[in-house]
Amino acid sequence: MIDLKNLTIEKAHEDLKSGKYTCRDLAEAYMKVIKEKNPEINAYLEVFDDVFPQADIAQKMFKDGTDTELTGIPFAIKDIILIKGHIASAASKILENYIAPYDSTVIKDLKKAGVVFLGRTNMDEFAMGSSSQTSAYGVTRNPLDPSRVPGGSSGGSAAALAGDMALAALGTETCGSVREPAAFCGLVGLRSTYGAISREGIIAMGNSLDQVGPFGKNVRDTEIIFNLLSHYDKEDSTSVPDSLRMNLKPKSSNLKPTKIGVPWHLFSEGVDPLVQENFNQSLEKFKKAGYEIVDIELPYCKYSLAVYYIIMPAEVSTNLSRFDGIRYGFSADGENLLEVYKKSRAKGFGREARRRILLGTYVLSHGYYDAYYNKAIKVREKIKNEIVKAFEKVDYILTPTVPITAFKIGEKMDNPVAMYLCDIFSAPANLSGVPSIALPSGLSIDGLPFSIQFMAPHLCEKRLFDIGKKFEEIK
Amino acid sequence: MQIKDVENLAELARIELTEEEKIAIQKDMGGILEYVKMIEEVEVGEIKTEYNLKNIWREDEIIPRDFDKEIITKQFPKSQDGFLKVKKIM
Repeated sequence: MIDLKNLTIEKAHEDLKSGKYTCRDLAEAYMKVIKEKNPEINAYLEVFDDVFPQADIAQKMFKDGTDTELTGIPFAIKDIILIKGHIASAASKILENYIAPYDSTVIKDLKKAGVVFLGRTNMDEFAMGSSSQTSAYGVTRNPLDPSRVPGGSSGGSAAALAGDMALAALGTETCGSVREPAAFCGLVGLRSTYGAISREGIIAMGNSLDQVGPFGKNVRDTEIIFNLLSHYDKEDSTSVPDSLRMNLKPKSSNLKPTKIGVPWHLFSEGVDPLVQENFNQSLEKFKKAGYEIVDIELPYCKYSLAVYYIIMPAEVSTNLSRFDGIRYGFSADGENLLEVYKKSRAKGFGREARRRILLGTYVLSHGYYDAYYNKAIKVREKIKNEIVKAFEKVDYILTPTVPITAFKIGEKMDNPVAMYLCDIFSAPANLSGVPSIALPSGLSIDGLPFSIQFMAPHLCEKRLFDIGKKFEEIK
Repeated sequence: MQIKDVENLAELARIELTEEEKIAIQKDMGGILEYVKMIEEVEVGEIKTEYNLKNIWREDEIIPRDFDKEIITKQFPKSQDGFLKVKKIM
């Protein structure tokens, strides 16, 4: 019996390397749990039928000595990331039968490393949501408490990992969609610098915001995945070129980053008192460990979520115009071409997707463009400048990851703004493109995970991993 | 936002809506716009938003790709002789 509960990527690698068990044994152990738990949790939309052949290929890499740290590691992949020959539906009816004709760059990287893909995971439709309840294929439940949501939109990936149905997972983030489910499921989740990880082969939601993000059971696992995936990709025009990566990397210095900025004014209200208390306790631990805590003011950041809910729908309405029932995916019958579009999109998109498409159409329409979209991109620029400037004074910015803990299934579905507010602390990183990491920071008396999040300057993921590991020691 | 505004947006976005859906959307949009309206009060002054962005171009070369025609054409909802079939447009 493999102890999946306490297994990490490093530990599994050691065991596979020493022959304690094989890649197939490991895959079998996870498949067994999936069989047991997935009918209730609904983390996976599909479990692949070639898991064991994949494990055998990985085993051969160990035999040949071509193995990497990720060889044979069983992964769960969000249903928005293209894997050649497999359905990629973005949990939408409109792509229910869409088969990916090529591998996304992140999948190519993972395949080369010998990863075993267990299946594709459930999510909010087109990654639009914070609870994985807007999926066209049913809700995903939180494995820590099945009456609650796992967070979203990458809720299936988080639930798979937290429920020992995978050893690692990939999600994507437009605004908190990795960090929020990581928080609700007690995991580490990374939103990397905009342009650090390739988006080639990822179904787009908001192009100026989207990033792929790894989930891990600990900081080191997340770091291992990030290190593999973070590189320039000529297939993605927003990928950060190597020259810029070198320039932006922090200059080596003997000074250890120890200054943590806390923008208290951003969470003076609307935060669950238990979350606040846990945050204060975490802060104390950093103080004791020798970190300097500094009050900072980020006056424009208070508008982050409002700015986000203008820019993102604008980009959504543009991106989702490609789904028209003509070339692939779900197609409804109609009298003429226009009717085919309208009916396919009406029946193919769920309520939240339609809501955001219409909102985006509105903020971009003549007469409203200046008041909404144009204003929003200006405020976004202010937010970005403000964050970059804050990092001249501090090494990190720290907030809670989410203002609340995992809520009950069914909650917030009739109140879009209440749902959107789950991501209030996520928005500044996505709007400014800086990296951010969510770290588990303890459990409530009901056993629900708390989480804190750090932001660091552009391309300073290493700094986030360092403080994350420190927190694992001192918490 | 009025119902006729919702209808107009739905027409622009090519989405058919039922009467109930129009009412639900009108209500949802009201709430969301009420929230995002807070950006009205922000003083931004003169600000450049060009971000120093530039287009990324590449040569239009024929490079072998790892996907084949079949996997794309067999996904056409309607086809004839290997071509995508659509409703008459003229």
